[in-house]
Amino acid sequence: MISQITHRGPDDEGYFSDFGICLGHARLSIIDLDSGHQPIANEDKSIHVVFNGEIFNYIELRSDLIKSGHHFSTHSDTEVIVHLYEDYGDDFVRLLNGQFSIALWDANKQKLLLVRDRVGIVPLFYTRFNNSLIFASEIKAIIPVLNSSPSINVHALDQIMTFWNSVGQETIFEGIYELEPGNMMVFQGGDMTIFQYWEWEFSDAHYGESDHNLAGQLEDLLDDATRIRLRADVPVGAYLSGGLDSSVLTALVHRYKKDNLRTFSIGFDDKSFDESDYQKEMIEHLGSDHSHLSCTYRDISDSFLQSLWNIEAPILRTAPVPMGLLSGMVREQGYKVVLTGEGADEVFGGYDIFKETKIRQFWAKNPDSSFRAALLKKLYPYLNISQPQALVYLKSFFGAGLDDPSSLFFSHIPRWLTTAKTKAFFSEDINAQLSKSAVDSMSERFAPAMSNMDAFQKAQFIESRMLMPGYLLSSQGDRMLMKNSVEGRFPFLDHRVIEFANGMHPTKKMKVLNEKYLLKFAMRKHVPEKIINRFKQPYRAPDIPAFFRDDGESDVTELLGSEYIKKYGFFDDKKVSRLVEKIRRGRATSYKDNMALVGILSTQAVNYLFVEQMGNRETIVKH
Amino acid sequence: MAIREELRDYVLDNYLFTDDQSKLKDDDSFLETGILDSNGVMEVIFFLEDEYGVAVAQEEMVPENLDSISRIVSFVEAKNG
Repeated sequence: MISQITHRGPDDEGYFSDFGICLGHARLSIIDLDSGHQPIANEDKSIHVVFNGEIFNYIELRSDLIKSGHHFSTHSDTEVIVHLYEDYGDDFVRLLNGQFSIALWDANKQKLLLVRDRVGIVPLFYTRFNNSLIFASEIKAIIPVLNSSPSINVHALDQIMTFWNSVGQETIFEGIYELEPGNMMVFQGGDMTIFQYWEWEFSDAHYGESDHNLAGQLEDLLDDATRIRLRADVPVGAYLSGGLDSSVLTALVHRYKKDNLRTFSIGFDDKSFDESDYQKEMIEHLGSDHSHLSCTYRDISDSFLQSLWNIEAPILRTAPVPMGLLSGMVREQGYKVVLTGEGADEVFGGYDIFKETKIRQFWAKNPDSSFRAALLKKLYPYLNISQPQALVYLKSFFGAGLDDPSSLFFSHIPRWLTTAKTKAFFSEDINAQLSKSAVDSMSERFAPAMSNMDAFQKAQFIESRMLMPGYLLSSQGDRMLMKNSVEGRFPFLDHRVIEFANGMHPTKKMKVLNEKYLLKFAMRKHVPEKIINRFKQPYRAPDIPAFFRDDGESDVTELLGSEYIKKYGFFDDKKVSRLVEKIRRGRATSYKDNMALVGILSTQAVNYLFVEQMGNRETIVKH
Repeated sequence: MAIREELRDYVLDNYLFTDDQSKLKDDDSFLETGILDSNGVMEVIFFLEDEYGVAVAQEEMVPENLDSISRIVSFVEAKNG
């Protein structure tokens, strides 16, 4: 199992086994390089732990534990876990500030705990097999233990082709599950119990406080969240995209690394995706030592298959692939740890979909008003809605669900309907197997938690519990970082920051249509005005042009051929060949066509890599 | 081939990815059926301009002219007089 995931931990490996239990660990050494070997046990060797990730407040926790009489044999953050468990039992997790997946064996109670961090930064998968529980950080470590290839979970495929990610514990493989963020599993006497120890909840704790007061508290919290995330016995760098979030982040890091701030960025030869100008602005402002990687179409298609082996799920955009190339450069330059601005959009209300939700709510009060609909122009300046008749085109997209603005998924209905068009390519066989709709699965899983939220909070919740853990932190985050043995750290996702922001009134996040209002207000002195006021550009990478290039078609498009499409059976081969022909004629330019192409190609690749080749590392080496 | 047939084949081929003629009726609304969104409409306009030399003015880009096979055929025929 461990040999399949040595990219996550190339520095060391360790094992513990006893009657009925075996723990294995591949280590990426970052804290306590000499004595941080895992598994680690407590004083009387009755509690054993392996864990992936970081406990950022380990110094404070260690000090408290020593005061209460515990003896430490290492300086690692791992050892804090065993002693905390001794004192607090299962509640130990509530004291951790960090990103983690933990497996803890309590020999006295013959009890195994599996725990995952609050927001889903570090992965943890499991399956039941022959009365055993098998778990690992990546699915490819589980597959070799099974007697046969896994099969594709068609309901998860349906969910991915609707939301970009599967729902709840589902993975793209039948019978293999992920432990959800903020969850703990107790496995004892053959029985498995899962409970949620943390949820993305909103309160009114900071309603009525002034902007200045809130900004002061927020800056202090962000400062501390960054400070403890710089704890490492190896050099730490930061990603700088040129957007507001990474600029705020690098400004915070700069306070602690004035003379040795190291930053990394990615750009594209295709200038329509490139943000290099804003990156330069911030590099000059901070004087950082910066490395930039420029990515070509060929870079994306050449790394596509390898990236899918790391991601272990279909994707609808190629955007993760360049992030894997970026972490490769980071690692080559001797860095194992980077801080990134991920999470700020979810926590502080930055996404266009939040603006869109506000406008659509306003519009829903008078659906015939072209003035109200025209506000969408603020959001998408390229929309031509100067003609009153064009309202009907806007309504066809943004007007979906306008008749019920209080519905649970009001904010996301237009987007999901658009993504779901990719399912028009499903084969008849797959359609016949689908017994439950993706939205019903979503509703079953999340409706109870969303019952008392307003529309803005619902939209924030959906982003934070779906796309963020299910795609941004995983497919585009952890998997693309760990591909090259690099750890990402996310100060905006410190749970103290989230809980503080979730207690603010929604208007402090989006003031009229000014996104991330309070974050900008708090950090306005530390980031150039040009970046504070810039138009938000979502990170994207070229999709279709990466595979169908002027200099020829990528080898990986072989998986779109009739032979493979028929053999795997997920898609209608005639429809796929028409899409490919449309692409070859240069007519496939829409988001839908791009998403369909990447969705189909990545599903084919996942089936090839994990069902046909059993996830074998040698397959990827060969390619 | 008549404009009507060419247009039907174009929409079937490029947006429904099929040659099954029963999937598209001449009066089906592109917007109501979800066959085309505003991006798709732009692509159809490019097609009309390329294939039939029709110049579509900004104010003509409205559903009354472009929302079904029948409407487009009438629009193109009127333009080409």
